[in-house]
Amino acid sequence: MRTENQKAWFLVLPVLALVAFNALVPMMTVVNYSVQETFGNNQFFWQGLDWFEQILRSERFQAALGRQFLFTAIILAIEVPLGIIIALSMPRKGFWVPVCLVLMALPMLIPWNVVGAMWNIFALPRIGMLGYFLNEVVGIDYDMTQNPLAAWITVVVMDVWHWTSLVVLLCYAGLVSIPGAYYQAAKIDGASAWSVFRYIQLPKMKTVLTIAILLRFMDSFNIYTEPFVLTGGGPGNSTTLLSIDLVKIALGQFDLGPAAAMSLIYFAITLLVSWVFYVVMTKDDPR
Amino acid sequence: MKKRALIPILYILFLMLPIYWLVSMSFKTTNEILSGFSLFPQTFTLEAYRVILTDPTWYCGYINSILYVSINTVLSIAVALPAAYAFSRYRFLGDKQLFFWLLTNRMAPAAVFALPFFQLYSSIELFDTHLAVALAHTLFNVPLAVWILEGFMRGIPKELDETAYVDGYSFPRFFTQIFLPNIKAGVGVAAFFCFMFSWVEMLLAKTLTAVEAKPIAAVMTRTASSAGYELGLLAAAGTLTIIPGAIVIWFVRNYIARGFALGRV
Amino acid sequence: MAEIKLSHLKHSYFPAPQGPQDYALKEIDVTWRDGGAYALLGPSGCGKSTLLNIISGLLTPSEGKILFDGTDVTTEEPAARNIAQVFQFPVIYDTMTVRQNLAFPLKNRGVAEAKVAARVAEIAEMLDVTDMLDKRAAGLSPDNKQKISMGRGLVRDDVNVVMFDEPLTVIDPHLKWKLRSKLKELHQRVKATMIYVTHDQTEALTFADEVVVMQEGVVVQTGTPVDLFERPQHVFVGHFIGSPGMNVLPCEARGDRAIFEGHEVALEGPLAGQGGDTRLGIRPEYISLAASGVPATVTKVADVGRHFVVDAVVGQTHLKAITENTAPDTGASVHLNFRRDQTRIYRDGWIATEPRLEAAE
Repeated sequence: MRTENQKAWFLVLPVLALVAFNALVPMMTVVNYSVQETFGNNQFFWQGLDWFEQILRSERFQAALGRQFLFTAIILAIEVPLGIIIALSMPRKGFWVPVCLVLMALPMLIPWNVVGAMWNIFALPRIGMLGYFLNEVVGIDYDMTQNPLAAWITVVVMDVWHWTSLVVLLCYAGLVSIPGAYYQAAKIDGASAWSVFRYIQLPKMKTVLTIAILLRFMDSFNIYTEPFVLTGGGPGNSTTLLSIDLVKIALGQFDLGPAAAMSLIYFAITLLVSWVFYVVMTKDDPR
Repeated sequence: MKKRALIPILYILFLMLPIYWLVSMSFKTTNEILSGFSLFPQTFTLEAYRVILTDPTWYCGYINSILYVSINTVLSIAVALPAAYAFSRYRFLGDKQLFFWLLTNRMAPAAVFALPFFQLYSSIELFDTHLAVALAHTLFNVPLAVWILEGFMRGIPKELDETAYVDGYSFPRFFTQIFLPNIKAGVGVAAFFCFMFSWVEMLLAKTLTAVEAKPIAAVMTRTASSAGYELGLLAAAGTLTIIPGAIVIWFVRNYIARGFALGRV
Repeated sequence: MAEIKLSHLKHSYFPAPQGPQDYALKEIDVTWRDGGAYALLGPSGCGKSTLLNIISGLLTPSEGKILFDGTDVTTEEPAARNIAQVFQFPVIYDTMTVRQNLAFPLKNRGVAEAKVAARVAEIAEMLDVTDMLDKRAAGLSPDNKQKISMGRGLVRDDVNVVMFDEPLTVIDPHLKWKLRSKLKELHQRVKATMIYVTHDQTEALTFADEVVVMQEGVVVQTGTPVDLFERPQHVFVGHFIGSPGMNVLPCEARGDRAIFEGHEVALEGPLAGQGGDTRLGIRPEYISLAASGVPATVTKVADVGRHFVVDAVVGQTHLKAITENTAPDTGASVHLNFRRDQTRIYRDGWIATEPRLEAAE
């Protein structure tokens, strides 16, 4: 059991100072901007909650938010089941385990704009492998700079390529921690492969799966660099996700007030969804 | 058994295709790339790599990236170690709230922080330094490191601490000589994740740098657009950014899966 | 329920075993009667878990056969063998209730709902878990969890054999005896063949009608608890069973006598065979203090409650004796009497004397 000790605060102090510096100061700046109007000459005017209202009502924000939710929902719906299936079919021990793990983790270790650039080149219609294959071999007219659907599919496939391994690694960690006796007991009880998955593997993977889904939710909701480099948010605004729109407003148009208000709304949504999800996933736990 | 092995094999194949494309393109001449599709380089050239390794704007970017990533990793682990110890061993006022608050920073969209970070680091005259990027990246790496280390530390029985104190060890000596060697794997995993997230993050790194500390990946996109579409050069630079990650992951291959599995939800 | 016969069973974990040292099971030949309660006793690594896994079908033996009621099941899958196994750590399905856990093996075999409900109720009553049937199994205490995993084995009324692999390992000491007597009671009610694997002699001797003692992949003795105690076939059994274990003393054998440290000791009967390394074996319980006999010096006396354990030295050799009621002082010179019908010679570890068939004594 952990003991009560207030001096432990001293041990936490460095972390606190560092994170507070990085989180609180910028957050205060953001809050400050969000309630003021500026014309760029260091003059600020009190604006109240007008920006929030304006953002929440703007079609542009609603559209970006909608696209964001759609994107996150799609990639979760693909990556989570796919990750589980791959983890289940991986070898449990032997020479191939580290090889699989290292190869699978590789995409996660590539700088995000390189990922975007890589897929951009990969998808180039005439000279990229994917673009060439789809246009010349399969015969589909594929060009993500022209066709919004093609752009969407490319962004989704890129994210699946980039992040499914995270789900695989976590699920795999959960799977290898199941003692052999469980599988033996299930064999003796005459359980089908589905029952083994449903009553042994899935329950034992629950913790890591919760972490996986939370991380994938947060990261996909905050995604910026990869789709920005890949499509630039286009064609049109079709792949402009929340972060891309936010950066456009903040750094492109330098509309600090609306950008700040949007940041706060954005952050609040991320927190809220993560929290709700966390509560739902852990409500069945004993204790 | 054979049929089941097909799934991971197909998946890895899918993962490797774009990477293969990038690598093979880095060995092609610009003419060959632009003239159409070819699966293997027809005229094998190292020209792109020669350019990158001799042009300071290119290789400095590489050094910059490695510098700020290293500073960040060391810094994150150094502050996270005592904090994780406190969370794993003691209860104190507001511990749960603090732990949760730390994790919320992992959830904050980087885009939200881009502009305020730019202003903050400009105002304290750290803009365009390695330290600025390293500090900014602690925002999401420190919570992660605390989380992972705490999981590993909870696995070490408290009796270890007590025995050491009975034997007359002071806290710093106990921590460095007895405790740390016991959670080596955890430190390795945490350092790996810090390295990884700092290495791959670009939005903040790009926002906080201009010339002096510009990361390789940012140099890459800028140079590529300003010097026309030099795809071979772009591919070679991209290939080079994969290598450090691949090296680091090989060292922690036996622990990566465990790193997250041990964290508490 | 079935008679289990293991015929010339050998198992090696190496694909190409070089010699006897590569075998986890060297040559096993046993027959277990239908409805009997057996214990498989031996130290860690003696091959008892390997044997268990072979019977349950989780392992296929390198050589030999397993017969259930005369039918060869050597290559059958565990599910097809119709057996039940209780593991060292309670294996329960966390997300199910206790009721669902107990019903699971029946449901998987397509048993009718009404029958399932009846069986579950019956087993729950037997195990005293009726009041927790609708609780989530994950929240139970270790002993109750272990009961549920036993229940999943017993719920099928046609199981050939129920196997227990050190089932009390994680149970608190004060609950161990309760669960143990529950097991014994269950055996009497369901009359299934049961095999109980353990390294704890108390567990084995209290549970089983017949105990199989194993060492290094070999069955060294099969017998009732009394047999094992009264007439160990091998010095290992003498050591392993009993507390303290049998005295194994250096000696020189001559006919039906043995010379131990220069003193003549009478044996239970004539010695068979010749040569080899001979040892004198006698349990401490059968050495008593007497007016005359082998002279010894007491080195230590321990009061263990019901009796005293006396450590003594004869010449160069240390031995133990057990006395009731009174004990000598440390350092005292005493005489020891070896009970004749419990004094045996072991040659290269195995028993070498035969009891005299006589009315006298």
